[in-house]
Amino acid sequence: MRSKVVLGRLLRNRQARYGGIALILLIALAYIGPYLGAYDWTDKDFLAFLSPPDADHWWGTTSIGQDMYAVTLRGMQKSIVIGLLVALFATGLAALVGAFAGYFGGWVDKVLMWGVDLLLVLPSFLIIAIISPRLRGASWLWFVVLLAAFAWMITSRVVRSMTLSLREREYVQAALYMGIPRWKIILRHIVPNLSSLLIIDATLNVSGAVIGEAALSFFGFGIQPPDVSLGTLIAEGARNATGYPWLFAFPAGLLVLLVLAINLIGDGLRDALDPGSNT
Amino acid sequence: MSILEVRDLTVTFPGGIQAVRGVSYDVAQGEVLGIVGESGSGKSVTSLAIMGLLPQNAVVSGSVKLHGQELLGMEEGELTRVRGKAISMIFQDPLSAFTPVYTIGDQIAEAVRVHQKVGKDKAAKRAVELLDLVGIPHPDVRAKAFPHEFSGGMRQRAMIAMAIANDPDLLICDEPTTALDVTIQAQVLEVLKTAQAETGAGIVMITHDLGVIAGMADRVLVMYAGRPVEQGVVDDIYYRPRMPYTMGLLASIPRVDGEQDTLVPIEGNPPSPAALPPGCPFAPRCPMHIDACDDEEPPLTQIGGGRHVACIRSREIEHKGMTGADVFPVPVIPPSDVARVPREERETVLELDSLVRHYPLMKGAVFKRRVGTVHAVDGITFDIAEGETLALVGESGCGKTTTLQQIMQLTPPQSGRVVVLGKDSSQLDKAARKALRGDLQIVFQDPMAALDPRMPVGDIIAEPLRAHGRKNVSQRVAELLTLVGLAPEHAERYPQQFSGGQRQRIGIARALALEPKLIVLDEPVSALDVSIQAGVINLLEELKNQLGLSYLFVAHDLAVVRHLADRVAVMYLGRIAEIGAVENVYDRPAHPYTQALLSAIPLPDPEMERSRKRILLEGDLPSPADPPSGCRFRTRCPKFARLSEADKQRCVNEEPSVARLARAKDHGAACHYAEEIEVITASENQEEQ
Ligand SMILES: Nc1ncnc2c1ncn2[C@@H]1O[C@H](COP(=O)(O)OP(=O)(O)OP(=O)(O)O)[C@@H](O)[C@H]1O
Ligand code: SF4
Ligand code: SF4
Ligand SMILES: [Mg+2]
Repeated sequence: MRSKVVLGRLLRNRQARYGGIALILLIALAYIGPYLGAYDWTDKDFLAFLSPPDADHWWGTTSIGQDMYAVTLRGMQKSIVIGLLVALFATGLAALVGAFAGYFGGWVDKVLMWGVDLLLVLPSFLIIAIISPRLRGASWLWFVVLLAAFAWMITSRVVRSMTLSLREREYVQAALYMGIPRWKIILRHIVPNLSSLLIIDATLNVSGAVIGEAALSFFGFGIQPPDVSLGTLIAEGARNATGYPWLFAFPAGLLVLLVLAINLIGDGLRDALDPGSNT
Repeated sequence: MSILEVRDLTVTFPGGIQAVRGVSYDVAQGEVLGIVGESGSGKSVTSLAIMGLLPQNAVVSGSVKLHGQELLGMEEGELTRVRGKAISMIFQDPLSAFTPVYTIGDQIAEAVRVHQKVGKDKAAKRAVELLDLVGIPHPDVRAKAFPHEFSGGMRQRAMIAMAIANDPDLLICDEPTTALDVTIQAQVLEVLKTAQAETGAGIVMITHDLGVIAGMADRVLVMYAGRPVEQGVVDDIYYRPRMPYTMGLLASIPRVDGEQDTLVPIEGNPPSPAALPPGCPFAPRCPMHIDACDDEEPPLTQIGGGRHVACIRSREIEHKGMTGADVFPVPVIPPSDVARVPREERETVLELDSLVRHYPLMKGAVFKRRVGTVHAVDGITFDIAEGETLALVGESGCGKTTTLQQIMQLTPPQSGRVVVLGKDSSQLDKAARKALRGDLQIVFQDPMAALDPRMPVGDIIAEPLRAHGRKNVSQRVAELLTLVGLAPEHAERYPQQFSGGQRQRIGIARALALEPKLIVLDEPVSALDVSIQAGVINLLEELKNQLGLSYLFVAHDLAVVRHLADRVAVMYLGRIAEIGAVENVYDRPAHPYTQALLSAIPLPDPEMERSRKRILLEGDLPSPADPPSGCRFRTRCPKFARLSEADKQRCVNEEPSVARLARAKDHGAACHYAEEIEVITASENQEEQ
């Protein structure tokens, strides 16, 4: 019933609709777009270095003659996947750890929060720097895991403290008296009531992950050349943004569009889940 | 000569919310004007407008004259001078009226010094005097206490002290006793009367409790949807109401003297102030509604004898002498089959045997250490037979909720036994406990808090069904919704989209989903307006008879209990003071506490209220962490005070246990000197006889 009602409300929500359409278009662009361009992202055009956008190279070329259009779309494929997966992992983990710690209390709480605090004090950047070289050659999914692993702790603390107050609500007690298992109560009553927080967190995490990935790539971890991501492209393009704006404008513009679409969907989802709003 | 003249006051909030639409009244010196009406009818907004305390975005028009001086549009500085000096206000929640970081005495002295030119010492002395006047024991010591160190009743009294500090001409009291227990309410109302006698002020008394108004007010104004719909002297309003809404309101209140059989609910809900019906605002709920009612809103017109009514059919009502029961359809509640079987032959569905629940009292932030024990529930025993309703009553903090939790948890208690449907809670394994949960369900007090706001109603009701692996869930949900008087289509809506009464019906539907045998009701109607409450009470009664349910009903409203329960157990500080059949306990209470409790309840009957004799209790409930030795009630017991020294010793040394009273079959009291007397209708003249 709930999923049906929420889906109905989501589809009726204008923001979510626009956000969804935008996201679908961006994904389509990232995956179908390369077939429309004349160049492959690995091609190098030795006749055009740093040429501005024209009919041949739609979005211009790089300093080594790569076609910006092809390269940017290639980068976006990576970024979309990384951003969405990191957000999903980080927010999901934050919600589960925080809610379990807050709901069960006692030693479960102590152990989980000890883990959270430990991760908080560890210098995440250093750890990623140490682990990254070992993962060279391994699947980029490991990179997602690493990024997510250091992005959830603060949220999970917030979730925990909110759970502490939700735990005392009568509807949570009512569920307990109905004989519903505790883990189900957490998933069904606690987490949905934190949805506003979690959705905001997840949307922030998407942009955070794309940009965080760029920062890491810049220092030589994460996505390594010749492979590209929006992050690496922006980092590179930013250095010459005034002289050769196309190197920067296209990846940055797409990142903004991506984050915007995700935010719209997030807002719509929040409204759809929030029974108080009238959509 | 009237102190306050309100003319055609209107208040509109942004978004077209017409909270108050043309209120006019006068208050004379020493007069008490009662304002009644359901939640959201604009009672509070009216008084805030008079005080000039509304938020900036409210648009106020009309006229408010204090001693002939216009208050609306007065300059802020001047208004502040009037406020607190000539007019004072007493709020429902006294904690919010005091600043937590200053002592009560300082704050009252401050209030004195703002408006009078007196020295610090003198103001402090005056504060102590005022606290003494409102009956705070040891006022000189207590003046140095902080607000949070006062109990609710004491805070409310301190608030009254502050309000009368400058000898105001007018006191506006907004639900001054709603948050208090009945025995404390009786004390506070008494203090208000003293304060009025002392200052000769006029009082505007706002409340939804028709009993309180009956006892306090000289004249009554009934509000509905932001407008007065009837106005007159108190006796006229109560005995000769001429507007269907007032009639319905009076017919819908349960009475502690058990005067009526079935409560008459007013169907529907008050209109939203943003979307009022075109004609009479009560039209959608009015059984006397005719087409002419929708043409225009009936004005408040005089119908003789200083009464004003806003109803086009009021003359007809007057002429035919109609009452609420004639106008509103009296619901028919089918009788119960089980009730015919004698109690002894029925199955016992719940049995508590010397149930104990103590909480450790901890102190210290880092290293917690135990500094004492809270005796929340301290050995209570009762049982409930099939098809029976047992009510557990008592003041807040006496252990009602703890008792319920112990029952609902189905875990072994600290001491004593809980037996549900023949199964001892200490011998249940996980599967048996879950199975038993299907037979034992609960309805909570606050219908908003008890329903997950993020779940559609259909899912909420389906939840217990799914948890117990039932099939055909959606069909059953539709059935349940119909059973509690809602429509099956409502399943897709969220709880917010329902009114309080409807939400409580959803809570009841959820409790009924698994066809339980015993339902625990934790104050199921106390959060509802009277007219809505009647409908829910009737529903509970009907369901019980129809489905053969048993109820354990927790309430602090003894009038509701009398109406719904078969037996009643009165709790005091974690123990049972008196238990027995409702007729026995209400008509011939034997425990001094029950007697005080019953006599404290205001009756919606002005004549009776005027002549009634009250047994007022001294002080507050002692802390359950440190209950008095012997009889726990002895610190407040009026009877104890009258006993000889030798007899007193017994109360001090020996804790009384519930003993059956000789004359009755089902009636017991835990008092060494139990003596049955009549208190509800006891009046002054009876005393003289
Ligand atoms: N600041 C505000 N902004 C908008 N609407 C308001 C505001 N204050 C009150 N209202 C609306 O004005 C109407 C009257 O409210 P009011 O508080 O006077 O009711 P009441 O009769 O005192 O009810 P209760 O018995 O619950 O105290 C309500 O519909 C309320 O929602
Ligand atoms: S005017 Fe009509 S609808 Fe309104 S109270 Fe009177 S009879 Fe009912
Ligand atoms: S036992 Fe004594 S103190 Fe207790 S209620 Fe009876 S008379 Fe009062
Ligand atoms: Mg109010």
